[in-house]
Amino acid sequence: MSVGTRVAGGRPANTRSASRPSDRLGDGLLRGVCMLAALLAVLAIAAISYQLIHGASPSIARFGLGFLSHSTWQPNFGVFGAGTFIYGTAVTSLIAMLLSVPLGISIALYLSMMAPRRVRSVVGPLVELLAAIPSVILGFWGILVLGPFLQAHLEPFLHSTLGFLPIFGPTPTTGSGLFIAGLILTIMVVPIIASISRDLFLSVPRDLQDGATALGATPWEVLRGVVLPSSASGIAAAAFLGLGRALGEAIAVTQVIGAGNFIHASLFQTGDTLASRIADQFQGAATKLTISSLFYLGLILLVIGLLANLAAQLITRRFDVSRVSAR
Amino acid sequence: MTDPFGVPPETRLPGSADDSAQGADPLGVLGTDAPDLSGPLTPSGHLRRRQLISRFAGAVQTASALLAVAVLGIVIYSVGSRGASVLSFGFLTKDPPAFVGLPGGGIAPEIVGTAVIIAIATAIAMPAGILTALYLTEFAGPWSARALRLALDLLNGLPTIVVGLFVFGLLVVGHHQTGFAGSFALAIIMLPLVARASQEVLLLVPSGMREAADALGVSRWRTVLGVVLPSARGGILTATVLALARAAGETAPLIYTTSIFSATVQTNPLAHEGLANIPVYIFTASEEASRYGFARAWGAAFILLMFILLVSLGSRAINSRATLSR
Repeated sequence: MSVGTRVAGGRPANTRSASRPSDRLGDGLLRGVCMLAALLAVLAIAAISYQLIHGASPSIARFGLGFLSHSTWQPNFGVFGAGTFIYGTAVTSLIAMLLSVPLGISIALYLSMMAPRRVRSVVGPLVELLAAIPSVILGFWGILVLGPFLQAHLEPFLHSTLGFLPIFGPTPTTGSGLFIAGLILTIMVVPIIASISRDLFLSVPRDLQDGATALGATPWEVLRGVVLPSSASGIAAAAFLGLGRALGEAIAVTQVIGAGNFIHASLFQTGDTLASRIADQFQGAATKLTISSLFYLGLILLVIGLLANLAAQLITRRFDVSRVSAR
Repeated sequence: MTDPFGVPPETRLPGSADDSAQGADPLGVLGTDAPDLSGPLTPSGHLRRRQLISRFAGAVQTASALLAVAVLGIVIYSVGSRGASVLSFGFLTKDPPAFVGLPGGGIAPEIVGTAVIIAIATAIAMPAGILTALYLTEFAGPWSARALRLALDLLNGLPTIVVGLFVFGLLVVGHHQTGFAGSFALAIIMLPLVARASQEVLLLVPSGMREAADALGVSRWRTVLGVVLPSARGGILTATVLALARAAGETAPLIYTTSIFSATVQTNPLAHEGLANIPVYIFTASEEASRYGFARAWGAAFILLMFILLVSLGSRAINSRATLSR
């Protein structure tokens, strides 16, 4: 940014040529076109918000805020409620965050602190490639490869060892459910958290780490005492970005979650999230009220997605400022 | 870690309650009772536990990285082994059969349709994204730059299904699904990617080049178009290609905008029906449990995944070489 403002501040240097009409026209034109393009992004957010509110308004008028807690979704009877989907979104995102935050951080620690340079330059891009796999392919893989595996091995194991907890109920026959959706989301979120955290860890001053080592700290104590605390706020921002991704993922979740209409205690049962319910209704949305209720779901999703991303941005901003001023 | 000096023995002081002090002073230099120095120096007690914990943490980190690479490998292997057997010349050039449950056929309409949709999306998002980046680096004041970057980041973080729903409400309700509606939705997703990455590249252009142009009396617009933009061309192209690879696999923006399509090759993005495309094809095939549908979906997934992986890896390699040579 300093570059741009400096050049803009240096305008007097070329007053002579800028006073030529053609150049003045060119300057004004380019500036105007760029500004218009820049406004597109702002306009897009405003238009998306307006369109979703507009589309949802019949459903809002009909169900009000009770939509959020009501857990019945029966298009044939014109009764709609988002309760089941808010529950599904919360549970799958929680599974994803519980798994992907520690996993992402340890991958980042390995990449930034432990791995030899050569290994790092291979494994780093591979982890980022994981984020490049399209969600529809990951979901398809989830149905046909991961699902049967979980059904045959992991879920019965969890049920037999931890079955006293209601969340690990008996394995149903379908192979789809909240648990596998959480795992697929974990695969999508881990690379986000890992690559951001790695950059954070690499920016922790070497002197601080060496100082801790000189005081007799073991490698792990250097990480826990120096590296992790000094990048804690950045990690929180990365987690919020990952959460935004997990909350909003529609396709892969739709493929593996099983489109259930009820809230079950067991994670192995089917469910649905806000995003996946929108996605799996794309062919069946017949009545106006159904479509409007889908827009209402989208509106809820927009609000929580914006909040998660806003939180990440606010944390990053404060983090950046404290970094710069500390220097 | 243990014993760099080859110095002796059992370093534990008899009756020492504080093992950590022991660990911090393995040579016993500070100790009043000199320990027996006849055996190898090994950490014991508290120091030993700390080192074990450290080593265990290191193993966990390595295992996590291995797990991530293994998952990537398993996914690519699953798609590769099942998809490659479906691939043939006919698979690339034939239309799919009339019903999902029938064997044979290909995905030619999906390949062509995806190419058209992505091309239009890129044609919209690339100029808009580059101009946005130019505004950020060359014209915007600090306040407007910060607001604009926030808007771009928020747009980038929006759930893609919401973008699809938006375009559905804007272009499809009351009209028809069209390939263009899908392109428009993808363009919204590409815009922040192109803009943010191009901005990073433009910031790398040395300010000396701008100042040199200023000193020669060159006007702003000529400086931007003739000096700044050309020197950032490679990076901007990489940014666009990466955004394109991301958009090629997006499904959520397309299911409400271009998911109803005929099973023959179409190229008109404004026709009164959607354009066939690979992501939606995989999605619908995965929802209908049919053996032949699954087989074609694996083949389509293979083509899509190879395209995305090659493009991402290729542009990354070119980009890193360009950065090195700079």
